[in-house]
Parts: sequence; structure tokens; C-alpha cells
Amino acid sequence: MEKTLNKLDRPNSYIGRSVTRPNAKRLLTGKGRYVTDMKLPRMLYAAFVRSPYAHAKILSVDTSAALEVEGVHLVATGEDLAKLCKPWVGTLDHFHNMKSTPQLPLATDKVVWAGQAVAAVVARSRAIAEDAAELVNVEYEELPVVTDIDAAREEGAAIINPELGTNVSFALKLESGDVEAAFKDSAVVVEETFRFGRHTAVTMEPRAIIADYNAAEEQLTVYHATQTPYQFQDLYSRHYGIAESRVRVVAPDIGGSFGMKLHVYHEDMAVVGLSMMAGRPVKYTADRMESFLSDIHARDHRVHASLAADASGSILGMKVDDVTAIGAFSSFPRTSVVEGNQVVRLMGAPYRFRNYRGDLNVVFQNKVQTSQYRAVGHPIACAVTEALMDDMARRVGLDPFEIRRRNIITQDMYPYTSPTGYKFERLSHEECLKNLHDMMDYPRLVKEQRDLREKGIYRGIGIAMFVEITNPSPAFYGVGGARISSQDGAIVKITPSGEVQCLISVGEHGQGTETIVGQIVAENLGVDRETVRVITGDTDVTPQGGANWACRGAGIGGETAFQAAKKLKENVLHVAGAILQAKPADLDMQNAQIVDAATGNIRMSLADVARISYYRSDTLPSDISPQLTVAHHYSPRGYPFAFTNGVQGCHVEVDVETGFTKILGMWVAEDCGRVINPMLVDEQVRGGAIQGLGAAFFEECRYSETGQLENGSLADYLVPMALEMPDIKIMHIETPTRDTELGAKGCGEAGTAASSAAAINAVNDAIAPLGAHVSQIPMTPQRLLRALGHA
Amino acid sequence: MKARAFKYVRAETVEAAFDAYAEADGDCVYLAGGQSLVPSLSLRLQAPAVLIDISRIEALTGISKSGDVLRVGALTRHAEMLTSPEIARHAPLLRRAAPYVAHPAIRNKGTFGGTIALADPAAEFPAMTLALDAEFEIAGPDGRRTMKADGFFRDLFDTGLEPGEILVAIHIPVFGANDRCVFHELARRRGDYAVVGSGIQGTFDGDRLLSARIAFLSVASTPVRARHAEAAIANQVLSPEVIAAAQAALSEDLDPEDNEETSAAMRMHLARVLLGRLLGQLGRADCMHEGVHA
Amino acid sequence: MSERVPIALEVNGETVARTIEPRMSLADFLREELELTGTHLGCEMGVCGACLVLLNGKAVHACLMFAVQAHGERVETVEGLTERKAIADIQEAFHNNNALQCGFCTTGMLVTAHEMLSRGDILSREEIRDGLSGNYCRCTGYQAIVNSIETVAQARAVAGAAPSKPE
Repeated sequence: MEKTLNKLDRPNSYIGRSVTRPNAKRLLTGKGRYVTDMKLPRMLYAAFVRSPYAHAKILSVDTSAALEVEGVHLVATGEDLAKLCKPWVGTLDHFHNMKSTPQLPLATDKVVWAGQAVAAVVARSRAIAEDAAELVNVEYEELPVVTDIDAAREEGAAIINPELGTNVSFALKLESGDVEAAFKDSAVVVEETFRFGRHTAVTMEPRAIIADYNAAEEQLTVYHATQTPYQFQDLYSRHYGIAESRVRVVAPDIGGSFGMKLHVYHEDMAVVGLSMMAGRPVKYTADRMESFLSDIHARDHRVHASLAADASGSILGMKVDDVTAIGAFSSFPRTSVVEGNQVVRLMGAPYRFRNYRGDLNVVFQNKVQTSQYRAVGHPIACAVTEALMDDMARRVGLDPFEIRRRNIITQDMYPYTSPTGYKFERLSHEECLKNLHDMMDYPRLVKEQRDLREKGIYRGIGIAMFVEITNPSPAFYGVGGARISSQDGAIVKITPSGEVQCLISVGEHGQGTETIVGQIVAENLGVDRETVRVITGDTDVTPQGGANWACRGAGIGGETAFQAAKKLKENVLHVAGAILQAKPADLDMQNAQIVDAATGNIRMSLADVARISYYRSDTLPSDISPQLTVAHHYSPRGYPFAFTNGVQGCHVEVDVETGFTKILGMWVAEDCGRVINPMLVDEQVRGGAIQGLGAAFFEECRYSETGQLENGSLADYLVPMALEMPDIKIMHIETPTRDTELGAKGCGEAGTAASSAAAINAVNDAIAPLGAHVSQIPMTPQRLLRALGHA
Repeated sequence: MKARAFKYVRAETVEAAFDAYAEADGDCVYLAGGQSLVPSLSLRLQAPAVLIDISRIEALTGISKSGDVLRVGALTRHAEMLTSPEIARHAPLLRRAAPYVAHPAIRNKGTFGGTIALADPAAEFPAMTLALDAEFEIAGPDGRRTMKADGFFRDLFDTGLEPGEILVAIHIPVFGANDRCVFHELARRRGDYAVVGSGIQGTFDGDRLLSARIAFLSVASTPVRARHAEAAIANQVLSPEVIAAAQAALSEDLDPEDNEETSAAMRMHLARVLLGRLLGQLGRADCMHEGVHA
Repeated sequence: MSERVPIALEVNGETVARTIEPRMSLADFLREELELTGTHLGCEMGVCGACLVLLNGKAVHACLMFAVQAHGERVETVEGLTERKAIADIQEAFHNNNALQCGFCTTGMLVTAHEMLSRGDILSREEIRDGLSGNYCRCTGYQAIVNSIETVAQARAVAGAAPSKPE
């Protein structure tokens, strides 16, 4: 503690400090600038005609009546855009034999999910575009609809993509150790089938895009509410045949993303083509109904799993069979297979058993595509593992904390390679478990639970350990042939007045990237953070990089900024040394002053170094050419991934007569490596945990047998709200990665990774005395009442 | 999600509204609070040629008591149902239901009469008019009439209002010294439409309940009165046995439909649980002093 | 397209007059015609609360009324509340507690917080959470928002200041 304080008491010590976000002031005064807010001169608005059927042939598209509407500029069909845009296929080479079919912006010969865009109207206003869209007449011939994952794989099932000859996109079998022997030799086996509903991101700002193609310059500018502008620069360039250097993608303020805003969406691709056709800027904002129909969904897994242990509760082996349905094709460019892949690879990750079998089957169905959303695969792997751990604890008569203590990977075991091949540099399960136990005051909760049960009040306590993948190297996508960068870039410069600008490829969508980058740069340079301006999200301005996904902002983006600032400081001291006739090594920078490193005595100001460098270079020695701008790129080179870990606790009360659950409390002990800004980490963990609680209790995209989304509105799809959500207590254990100087790993997904699991375990703990058990989320009152035998 | 084009007419009087209605030849809707109508227009579920704004008609506003009847103007906002001392005193069942009506901003704009005219079976106030034995004051091009809440709710979004008629005010028998009332609902999240909800108002003679009216929301295509359950508790002390009899009688009152999220059996079960809890509360002499949700 | 109609109303203390289509929502009017883009659209059906504005001093959804309905009325948006410093303490508390991430729900949250705090009661956390039940936030998990409103409620009570006028 004291050491930390001392470090933070140094001038310009910002890393590890809870500082506020400079950019939040803009958002707090209604001065945010989201794509939805933007208007360009002569801008037109797009609306889409969508398929009412989940699977149908398109017989004809008649646009004539729509074209008659005053204010309509054009109506485009699938064929029109197919002439401009090259198709894409959502597969990756390292998923061997993975299958998916080519996609185009608008459907041409058939539709494969209800809500798929078939035609686009471009008009003077969105309202007029919607008027005309109602008049586009599409004739369909219905085809058999595939919605069920088992039916999809049965002999004679309708095949969604006949050219593939199968409804299975991908299958994977992982085998490690001797799992059959482990199960044979075990004293106890627990097994269970789990169901995880489909849910979706529900960003507060829906997807929004403005494409502005300027034919005279052959220049495309896209204002895009996305997490990954560089990826879209690449995609728009290649699919529309525009020089990459002439494609500019700008991501201004983004109203939430959570992984949803980095996939290729058909409408977004279409808008680029529509702007080329119209010769004017075209804007498309998904309305909320369209968001539910066309944003990626996530999860939708059925997992059968079993766990074997000896009589003392030591886990010997695990078997997992995961079937997941992804929609009618795999998403692009990251594929829809990644979630399932992570599910079967993260199973049992906190524990030290060696015998494992994981089977994965990824199935097509006539629904909208699923793909990566916050904590990809983690909540499923975690919920299955942790529910089985609790089952096992009950069977062998151990407390949930104790069975975990006996099975976690301990400090003396690192570096450690999991049975599925993940390499853990160093995790802190023991410390996290102990801290959670204390923070929850577990013995008190257990006593209270016992006392209340006598009064007919059923409370439950659940815990869930997790391991989270962050900071992916090229091993994640690059090796599979995807043009998704694992490196990031930063340009840091001193302005003539001695202030600092940092242009960086990781972006801001509320998590505080700009703030932590400012903290890192200010500390490493030795300047006040107020004088550091961080600029993100413009491919014409900010350097190339992977941007934001897989919790890489702090770990990779942060390290990039760290190194760039260090280099810049060397350059500044080099110039200052020449001016002061001192050795650069004897100088340092504090509070934007060049000081003697040994004494801290001020020698000159950074502003003077900058002034002389920019305006009076004639006064410098002729061999000194001041480099007050530094560009630096960084890519992970050590471990293929960094892993974070932690444990969450959830406390609930189940009204066993109604099946309604009240969440009483939530606790998280987590380790994301070096904490740059504790307040922002807390907020990432809280927000993430609440999304996991949403999945556990509320969120589910419900479909009819004919593939119609039945609750596709914000009134019907329930996301967690203030009154039903608990306060969450958080504590941090810091195990920095030694792969970087900064040591940060990432914290955006940890909350979501384990909160559903903790909630499932808490509910099952509450209803166990009544002989009831649930293994499906969301845990709706209906499902709980069924489990309790009431409905 | 933009509404189809329409013509907008603002009516300052009921008569002007009727004139506009006649002029539009029926291809029009009345707009009061608009908290259900506007989204339905935005979603293009409705697309009338003319929107007749009746939200500023003075004659449809105000809360007043005359004799044993409280008259609540149709344009009274939901928020006023929460804050009005007259409502709290003379129609406390409405005060108790009011916090469950949607969310604060919706309550600022949505109107008491609007929700009754819409007759959403999941809405709190329409069902409560049944429990209160309310009477509706209705104006139409051909004159005024009144109609009891019993019989007003015909089917899903279908009421006793004839085309062109406007609900002017709701008349509620004032709460008596020996009356008690309770309300509760089970909703997934605060402000959501309830999975099931109920309000009960009864008159007591000491511990004995003389008679009560029980209304349910979210159990059928209309708000529903549970007459068999009412009969089971009339002239009884609300003992566990009497309450159980009322719960059992519910199967004759309610016949909920299955849907994916809530099976008929579950809704029935929850209605019984809720009724049991509410009657337990109603039976306590201090039930009118128990905390009411803000 | 239907006939455009003239409307005049007070927005953030200024009288504005425009000729608009009756089908234009108040939210679109504020955002498109007046470029007051602090009022956000998250659902356009009165559920998410991102578009809350004050209509004659009361918080309402700007997506749940047409601009023509506001003819002759008084509307205030987050921009107006900011300019007349009616919510400066709330904004500061939100900033200090990081009670926002992406910021999209924030302006609606501020309008709700303003109305809630204008009642002048000391609010419990439960009451604050209940009061926020019509405002979706997908980023924060609400706790920091509750903390911020609680902080302001207590600070205002301590300051003994009369509750600011709810308009």
C-alpha cells in the first residue's frame, strides 16, 4: 500500500490513479457527436425493404411504385449492388474445413432469415424512404425453415445452403490426456445439459453509418459507428475496388458497441454502394426494430457436459459436447465459429485436471447471424464448468469454496498450459478466491441463509471462477488469413507550445481509452495529463491498428502509447541536452520542465524546447534535428494471449411461489494485471457483470418455429434495469503481464464472463432444498416455476 | 420508424373534435397523451389520415368530488394520480396502482382516460375501474351518456365507446370509512407490463368482509373481475380457509391463454398466489396504513 | 406527403418558428430542425428514455409526441439545462463518479435526475433506482449513476438550498 502511495505521489504519476475522463464532459452536456447526429450537405437517407420470411426464394422485385414517390432518389435491388460490391465469405483458414457461403449487401435470389434486406430506398428523408419502402413489391416462394439445431442435422433436413450440402458449418474435436480412463477411475461423475439463450448487444445508439463517395476524387469517406475503423477501411477498399489510401473511415463518439459494432453488416456494405450510385452522401441508421432483426446475436448453445472426480473432490476429467446455431451463414470477417471455439477451449480453465474432451458442432439455421459479443464464449464455458463444480461439491460434500481451492491452478504451477493448449503466464486464483470469501463475508451469508430457510425464505449464494482471454496476438485471426490487425500504432507529438497530442489506433466508445492513454503518455513524458490531447478513430489521421476488441485497448494500445511516449521523451531530452550542453541521461522531465535527473532542479521548460525546435532550429547544433513527433507500433510477441482471471459471487432470493428472483448482492475479485485507472476498471467490470446478469435473468431472443423473432422490440426484449440490479463490490488483485512494460491485460469482458454463472449457482443454491434445479438461462419465472413443480 | 403522413387537427372543445371527426369521415384517431398511440403510429401499425388532438380540451380535465362520487377528468395525467390528495383520499386504490403504471416520464404525459379508452388488458387503471365500480361519462356527436365499467371492456382493445365518442370523465364512488383496498402486480422489471396484477377493494364490518370487488390485469384479452372469488369471500372473515376458497374459485373466473413466455398454468398459479397474498393483506385491519410505494 | 404546418414554441428560452410536416416527432424536430442533438433516439417508442426533454417543466419522451403538439409550449433540452446551469451539480457528480460510458443514455438520465432531485426529497438508493426505471443504460450497470444522484441529493440537502425550480 505504502509503496503504491509513494509511486502515486510522484509528479505526473497517473498510472494506477482514478482520474476522471476529460471527454465525458462533452457527453454530459449533450455535445457528443455520434454518427446518428451527423448531417452532411446534400445527404440522403436509406431505408431497407426486409424479408418477412425466414427462408424463401425471391421471385421478383418491383420497385416502380416506390420510384414514383416524390423525394425518392433511387431504389436498389440485390442485383444492382452485386454489380459494385464483391461478395464476402465468413470463413477463416485455421478453422479447418469450415464452411459458409458468399454474401452480398442485398439478397439476390433468396432470403435466409426474416428481416434480411432485399432492396434499398434512398430518399430525401428517412420518412420518405420508409414510405417508398412500403411500396416495393417483392414476390416470394416460401422454403422449408430450419430453426432447430437437431432437425438441421437430421437426414433429409432442408439444406439452407445447398452448395455446401450440409447445415454444419464447422466441427471440432479436442482431446487431451486419457479422458475415458479418468472417468472410469473416478469416484463421482456429474453431468448435465445446459441451454443458453440467444441474446443481443442492444447498444443504446443503434448501428449508424454515413457513406460519402466522391467520384471526382475516387474518394470514399465513411462516418461509421464502429469499433474497428481500420478493418472497414480495408473492407470497403477491397470489396468496392477503391484504393485503400482513398478510403477514410471515421469513428466519432460511439453509443456503445460491446463487440456488436465490428462485424460486416449487409446494410452498412450496401450504404457504400448506394452512395456511389447516388453520387451523394447516404445515411443509414438502424431503428430499434431493425437492430433486433439485423444486429448480430450471440450465444445460442446447448452444452452437454460431465465432470469426473475422485472421492476427495479432485477433478480428474471433463467431457463437453457443444452444439451452437449461428444463423444462415458465418459472419465476416471474424466468423461465427469463434464463440464455440472459445467455449470448448475455455472449459475448466481455472482448474488443473489434465483429461479433457471437447466436441463442437456449429450449425446453420434460418435466423440472423450470431457472432462475437462481449466475453465471447466465456459465459458459457464458465457457467458449465462452475455449475458442474457446484454439483460435484454437493455430491462429495464440500463447500463451493473448498472444492475450488482443491482444484485451482496454484502459484507454483506457472507457466501453465491448459489441456486445450492455452498458455497461462501467471494467474491469481488463490488470492482472488480468498479475497472474494472475505469481501462477501461468506460465513455470515451462509448462516443467514440457514436461518431464513426456516422461515420459508430461500436465499442462495453462488460463486464462479473465470479465466479471460485478452491481448490477442496474430494467432487469433491473422494466422487464419483475416486482415485483422493485432498491432496498434501511436503518434505522439509535442506542439510548439509544449503541449502533447497523441493519435492512437485504439478507439473510444465509453470505456475510457482516451483517458488511460492520456494517463500513460503524461506519466511517461512527465507532463500534466490535462495538457495531453488524445485523438482516436480516423483512418486518415490516426495510425493503423487493430482498434478495440478482445479487451486489447489497455494491454496493446496502452503499451503502444507507453513505448511511444518513452521514445518521445528520449528525443526531447536529446534536444534539451544539446541546448543545455548536458548529457540527456542526466536530464529528466517533470511537470513539463526539463530538470536535472539527480536533483530535480528545473533547467528549462518543455515549451522552450518546443519553441526552439520549431522556430529557432538555427540556434541548435547542425547535427541536431529535433524529432518532436514519434510514431510507434507495438504487437504482442510473447505469449499468444494474455489471460486475466477472477471470481464472482452472487447472492439472490428466490420467491419460490412466484419464481421471481431478487438479486441481493454481487461481488467481484478480479485480476486484470496492471490497473491503470481503478475507477474505470470498476466501471468496466460492473457494466460487464450487469450484462451477464441480464443474460442470466432477462435477455433472450425468442423465435417462433417459422423463424420469426417474437420479441424484437425494446419493450419485449428485457435488458437489465436500475431497480432490479444490485450494487456490485469490486476488488483488484494485480498480476501484471511481464510481456509488456505496462503490464496491463484488459478488463472489459471479465464482468460478463462469470456473472451469469455466479447467478445460476446462486439460484440453484437457493432452490436446492426444494429439490429443484435449473440449467437454462435466462432463468425466467416460468422456468423457475417449472423447476419448482408449479407450472 | 417514422409515422406515415397525416393531417393534424387540434380541437379546443369536444364539439370541435366531433366536427373534425365528421370531416375526416372516420379515417382519424383522437390523440390525448399519445403514449401508446404515438409508438403505434411510428411503427405504422396505424395510419389514420387525420390526427385529432383532444389533449387541450378544458372540459376533459380536473378532479372534483360531489357527494359520494369523485369525478376524474379523462385528461388527468398518471402522475397526478400519484400526487393528487383527492385521489389518495377518495380513490386510494388508484393511488396504490399508480406507481406501477409505466415509468415517470410516461406518467407525466399519459392520461387516465386514455388508458381506459385504449383498454389494454395489461394496464393497471382499466382493471382498477372494475374493482372500483366506476362509471364512465361519455360524449358523442349524438349526446352524452354514462356506462358502467362492468361491461365496458368488450375484447382486446375493444370497448363500449362507439366510433367518434370521447371518454369525458370517470366517476368513482368515494372510498368509505369501512373500506379497504390493496394492489400488487408481478412484473419482470419495474414498469413493465405485469405478468399478472390485481387490485381489490372491499367493505368491512369489523373483521368481517361484507363484500369486495376483485379485478385482475394481464390474465385475459380484457381486464377481468373475479366474481367467483368475490363470492367466496363475501360476508367472511378472511381466514386462511376463506382465502384458499377464493384462490380455488379463481379457476372459474380466469381462463388465461398460453404464450411462450408465460403458460396458462403459470399465469393461473401466479394469479392464485397474488390473490392469496392480497387477501392476506386486505384482512389486516391496518392494511390502509401499510407503506404505499412512492 | 401531407401539408406542412407552421408551429411556434419556446425551446431553451428562445421562441422558434418552423413549418414542418405534422408527422415529425418532437425528437426529430429538436435534432434535425434545431440541431439540438443532445436529445438522443434509442428506441423511438418511449421505452429507453434517451430522448427525455422537459415539456412545460415535466420530463417527457420527445419521441412520443409530434412537434405540432408542442406548438405554444415550452420545451427544454439538456443543452438548455446546461446553459442555465440547472444541472451543473448533477453533471459534476456524474463526471466525478464516471456515471457514464458511451454517453448515449446520459442526457436522458440527466433529465430524469433533474426532475427527481427537483422534488427536494432526500432519496433512498431504492427510490433513485425506481426513479431510473424508465432510463436504459447498457454500459454502466447503473451503480455510478445511483451514486451520483445520491451524492447530489445529499449535497443539496446539506446546502439547505431550496429545491431548484422543476423547469
